[in-house]
Amino acid sequence: MKTVIKVENLSKEYRLGEVGTGTISRDLNAWWANVRGKENPNLKLDIIEKAEGKVIHQALKDISFTVNEGDVLGIIGKNGAGKSTLLKILSRVTTPSVGTFKVKGRIASLLEVGTGFHPELTGRENIFLNGAILGMNKQEIKSKFDEIVDFSGVEKFIDTPVKRYSSGMYVRLAFAVAAHLEPEILVVDEVLAVGDLSFQNKCLGKMSEVSKQGRTILFVSHNMQAMSQLCTRGILLQDGTKVFDGNIQDAVKQYLSNSIDSSGPSYNLLDNKDRKGTGALKFSKLEIYNNNQLSNNFVIGEDMELKLSIKAFKPTKNISIAIHLYRYDEIVLANIENIDSNFFIDYIEDEAQFSIRFNNLNLYPETYKLGFWIASSNSQETYDHLLFCAEFNVLEGSPLVRRKLLKSGGSIYLTPDWKKIK
Amino acid sequence: MKKDEEEWTLVVKPSTKWFDLHLKDLWHYRDLIMLFVKRDFVSVYKQTILGPMWYIIQPILTAITYSVIFGGIAKIPTDGLPKLVFYLSGITMWNYFSECLNKTSTTFTTNAHIFGKVYFPRLTVPVSIVISNLITFFIQFLLFLAVLLYYYPSSTVIHPNSYMFLLPLLVIIMAGTGLGMGIIISALTTKYRDLRFLVGFGVQLLMFATPVIFPLTTLTGNFKLLIMSNPLSSVIETFRLAFTGVGEFHPGNLIYSTVFMIVVLLIGILLFNKVEKSFMDTV
Repeated sequence: MKTVIKVENLSKEYRLGEVGTGTISRDLNAWWANVRGKENPNLKLDIIEKAEGKVIHQALKDISFTVNEGDVLGIIGKNGAGKSTLLKILSRVTTPSVGTFKVKGRIASLLEVGTGFHPELTGRENIFLNGAILGMNKQEIKSKFDEIVDFSGVEKFIDTPVKRYSSGMYVRLAFAVAAHLEPEILVVDEVLAVGDLSFQNKCLGKMSEVSKQGRTILFVSHNMQAMSQLCTRGILLQDGTKVFDGNIQDAVKQYLSNSIDSSGPSYNLLDNKDRKGTGALKFSKLEIYNNNQLSNNFVIGEDMELKLSIKAFKPTKNISIAIHLYRYDEIVLANIENIDSNFFIDYIEDEAQFSIRFNNLNLYPETYKLGFWIASSNSQETYDHLLFCAEFNVLEGSPLVRRKLLKSGGSIYLTPDWKKIK
Repeated sequence: MKKDEEEWTLVVKPSTKWFDLHLKDLWHYRDLIMLFVKRDFVSVYKQTILGPMWYIIQPILTAITYSVIFGGIAKIPTDGLPKLVFYLSGITMWNYFSECLNKTSTTFTTNAHIFGKVYFPRLTVPVSIVISNLITFFIQFLLFLAVLLYYYPSSTVIHPNSYMFLLPLLVIIMAGTGLGMGIIISALTTKYRDLRFLVGFGVQLLMFATPVIFPLTTLTGNFKLLIMSNPLSSVIETFRLAFTGVGEFHPGNLIYSTVFMIVVLLIGILLFNKVEKSFMDTV
């Protein structure tokens, strides 16, 4: 395998607050003081800033990795983890503070589509201009011209100034140019988050086509589904450092488990202060299992098992338990009671543990909260009531789901049987 | 492994040497330069009724204004030349310089959104500005020739001569000095925004220190020395001499202008190159 990118000990620092002193006079002052061998009169301020610890922000800390030819590398991390800074350095928009990176072959970057589009120029003129900005020469663009126009689907308006285009047409044309770049190495930032759903799919298709041609791609996106589909390798960044480098599935998994609250999947409920009830019975422990493993992360179609422990401070008869399912924003989605499942609890003494199994989880990707309630069967007496005491996550990337589930599309994923009857 | 080290097509390091210029890159991106030229040229007068006619109207109006104010009211002599010819000869050359300077001086600030998203040699932008202004210059130069031709039969003073062959050098000096000063300012404005206010004003002042609106022959002594210390003076004066036969020419002055241009351009390119690497962090 040929190494095409080598990144060594890359760091990037930014000065926070006012960049530079801003005026010539202060800098000249500093320079003159320096010439005379005196202390920089502006330094005092710097020291004060330093004392407050806000002068330098390290966006990247000592990052090293190599990329082989044909790798499709996904760079993932939370906002502020340093992804964009890394991409900026790799696409030579800015330079590293420390370290080097080396590249073999031509590298092109797409941090945005339509860079340099001029509103007064026609679609045709902009294709040439944008292509050249992205590093193609005139001959290459000419040979690709028909393909680009075809892909964008704006052939009717190709000689109209782009300022007359709808935003959709504009973006499609811009992506079409970018998609027909043919460098050995391509650096791509979330450009797929443009256009309508069908165009996004078209873009994704184009990307995977490109990656299959054996070209090296570096890819940054928040769309984990796209990442796991396209990439072969993943690098996980956290607060500017590389915390994981390897197989994309593992990287995505680690990212998702890092990206949510560290609470769970096991909860000690006995210490929870936020509760109501007489206290004759108390919820003591909750464990969330995914496929017999302690985990509160699921994808659609997996089975969730709750193991709920109850401690009896007084032996109690005829008991009813309810589980409240909330959306992340604490809107109640369901109230689940034991009698609904034809399950009855006659008596609890000392301790009891129940297993509650949700087969084929069908909730949209989101974080959900749980609350528990335990009372006498006739609801006369509430023994214990916990609001929002646990969380679990449904993540994107289920093998059963063939489309992107938008949060605006609801909460429940239903798959009724379809049949053509006429 | 050693052999491997040599195969890298691109190595990016934090500290860049002053003379690490990548001028070869500029040649690779020549198509981009020409597309920028086309963009600048085409887009300026879109949605105007008179379109490219403005390239001619502007200098004519300026020359007429100068004729009235400096020639008519202030009674500044024109060495016997028709006023329009005299002022137009100065304006044509001066405009090229001032446009190059003004437009290149904002390279970083006006293109920050493009520079922040994609890499290409940043020098392509100022170079394309100089080229697109060269086209404007030629249009205005043709206008000047037309006016000259109109006055030629009736004037006894106008004697175009072989100094004309110096025209390419004159144009290069104007372009080089404008570009050099422009990119120095553009590099400095990424940090010091104060300069932006000085440029327009400074160029205007500089024009009055150049024989655009007055002939050099009317000056004497220290004052003349001061005006000739402006490296642009001899360019304007030589241009006027070449096409109208009126003016002064000293080879030494023109050599001084040429050397000045080379030095300014070199400093400009070095400074620009230093700043382009990291200006995104300061702009």
